[in-house]
Amino acid sequence: MTYSEFSFPNDLFIFWSLMIVTYPYLSGMVLGAFSVPALHVVFNRTELRPVSRFSLLICYSFLLCLTLPLLNHLGHPERSFNIAIIPNFRSAIGGFGVFYGTFFITLTLIIWFTWRGEIIAHWRISSGLRRKIWRALALGMDDDSPEALAVDRRVVRILMMVGIPTVAVLSGYVGFLFGSLKSNPWWSTPLMPFVFLFSGLMSGLALVLLLYLWLGWKGWLDRSYECLRSLSAYLWWATLLYVIAESVELLYFYYESSDAWFVISTLLFTKLLTSFFLLQVGVGLGVGFVTLTFMFALKIGETTFARLAAVASAFILFEVWMMRWNIVIGGQLFSKSYVGFRGYFPHWLDREGILAALFFTLLPLLVFYLFTRILNIKTAPAAEN
Amino acid sequence: MPDAGKSRREFLKAAAVAGAAGLWVVLIPKPGAAQRVHVIEEAKAKGLPEWLNHYYVYVIDTAKCIGCGGCVRACERENKVPAGYHRTWVERYQVNDEGHVFVESPKGGMDGFPVHHEAPGKVTKGFFVPKMCNHCRNTPCTQVCPVHASYETPDGVVLVDKKVCIGCGYCVQACPYGSRYLDPRDHTADKCTWCYHRVTKGLLPACVTVCPTKTRVFGDMKDENSLAREIVETLRVTTLKPELNTEPFCFYLGLDRAVR
Repeated sequence: MTYSEFSFPNDLFIFWSLMIVTYPYLSGMVLGAFSVPALHVVFNRTELRPVSRFSLLICYSFLLCLTLPLLNHLGHPERSFNIAIIPNFRSAIGGFGVFYGTFFITLTLIIWFTWRGEIIAHWRISSGLRRKIWRALALGMDDDSPEALAVDRRVVRILMMVGIPTVAVLSGYVGFLFGSLKSNPWWSTPLMPFVFLFSGLMSGLALVLLLYLWLGWKGWLDRSYECLRSLSAYLWWATLLYVIAESVELLYFYYESSDAWFVISTLLFTKLLTSFFLLQVGVGLGVGFVTLTFMFALKIGETTFARLAAVASAFILFEVWMMRWNIVIGGQLFSKSYVGFRGYFPHWLDREGILAALFFTLLPLLVFYLFTRILNIKTAPAAEN
Repeated sequence: MPDAGKSRREFLKAAAVAGAAGLWVVLIPKPGAAQRVHVIEEAKAKGLPEWLNHYYVYVIDTAKCIGCGGCVRACERENKVPAGYHRTWVERYQVNDEGHVFVESPKGGMDGFPVHHEAPGKVTKGFFVPKMCNHCRNTPCTQVCPVHASYETPDGVVLVDKKVCIGCGYCVQACPYGSRYLDPRDHTADKCTWCYHRVTKGLLPACVTVCPTKTRVFGDMKDENSLAREIVETLRVTTLKPELNTEPFCFYLGLDRAVR
């Protein structure tokens, strides 16, 4: 049967707009940024030492800001603690408090144990109010003997091991949140958590790489070609995994050719033609992934490698944002009747508009900058290996 | 040397006290859903018959609907539905000789339907389908609500506790029938309640009361004399989107395959 276009009368507006695009973008950054120190500390990838501490702080900055777009989206943000106080564990969102809380505590402890020695050192040399602040940050403990610091490092390693599955759940469950909705054919696929996981890794790694190049060029971080090459290689692998997951998902939709494919194909070839095929796949993924591949396939100098890495990272970051847009917004561009479509373009000044989205996306970088004013982000001591 | 440094053991003691305090904050009795569950359990224990001895059901005989829109208007008046949204609506389907389906629901069918039709070709059949919240038994909207604001009453009605709802919109996304919306006035989820404020007093939902053709039948599965129960038990009823296994308790008679 064929249908003329028809939307259910209540399917007028997009209820999940730019804030819900921003939230998984930030959660992906948390996962990707955390993967770097995890590789360094747990899996002994010593070449990542120059970016290990700095990635931890990027991860923490994004984690601190992660809930803000959600709060801005809620109709009643003042009731948001209901999620933690009276959670419905049958709901995918119901687990948010537990997942976020667990990772937040884990990462806070990791950061505290990582910088504890330096915090005590600051406490010793400062005076007045600063001294009191450093003392408070050290929680009043001044034991920075080599034995105590060795214990700290062991604790960090254990916490990292706890952090890896926790952050994977925190980021992957966003995919579950969408993938478990049987009402929406564009979202309802078990591959969704993996698509979010791999794309999250991509965006976090790309951000770390881009910032590393910039801060290295500014002299804030030690420049290491090995580190750059390793980060690029991990980014290439994450992108490959993402491409596989996304391709398999689309292939299944096409091959099963169920009722879902009618609405998905119409969506892809009309409403998402530009944003999916041109911007996400063509520009973001195409340029980013091809550039990354060339970086390893061709014999190029270190400077060219660094420049291409910057280009690839920027395009990958763009790709992941477009992917979030196409999933979140794309999934709402059709009615539950599956035969009606609608358009959407965000306004600049709305509560959930473009400026708000830009603010919440860039805010973690400001938080990161503030962290760099307090804590040393330069190469971790060799002992941290 | 730093002033008054504490040992690791002292620190751990302090951390344990802080942790216990935090746990206490989390575990103290909370209002909202937990309290509601408590009230339900208490009611069960006391055996309040008027509340618990019902299990409501709704039947729609599509062959009888004339698309007058009286039900939609009655619902808007009774429940003060926000402008532009609908707790119930009526769809008109027209199928032509090439199998093409033309569907419309202008203003939810509130003002009836225009006489002319825009369906291309020769229309071979046409009919009206009233719709609303299906009050599912395996309901996706209560499943996804992170704070128990959407819940099922013991007498089979799905409701929203507007004092608990955080306005996340997850239930709106999860409902496969387009029955929910976020009320722009109070920023919480809203939907058909089967006029719970009326039916718990022995009255019928507003839409049922005004239906001139008895298309809409409301009843009680625990009442042996209920017409709705008789229809469900003896006639060939179906539901919307049965493949989703939401187990709606709004049943349809004469539902065409073209219906979305």
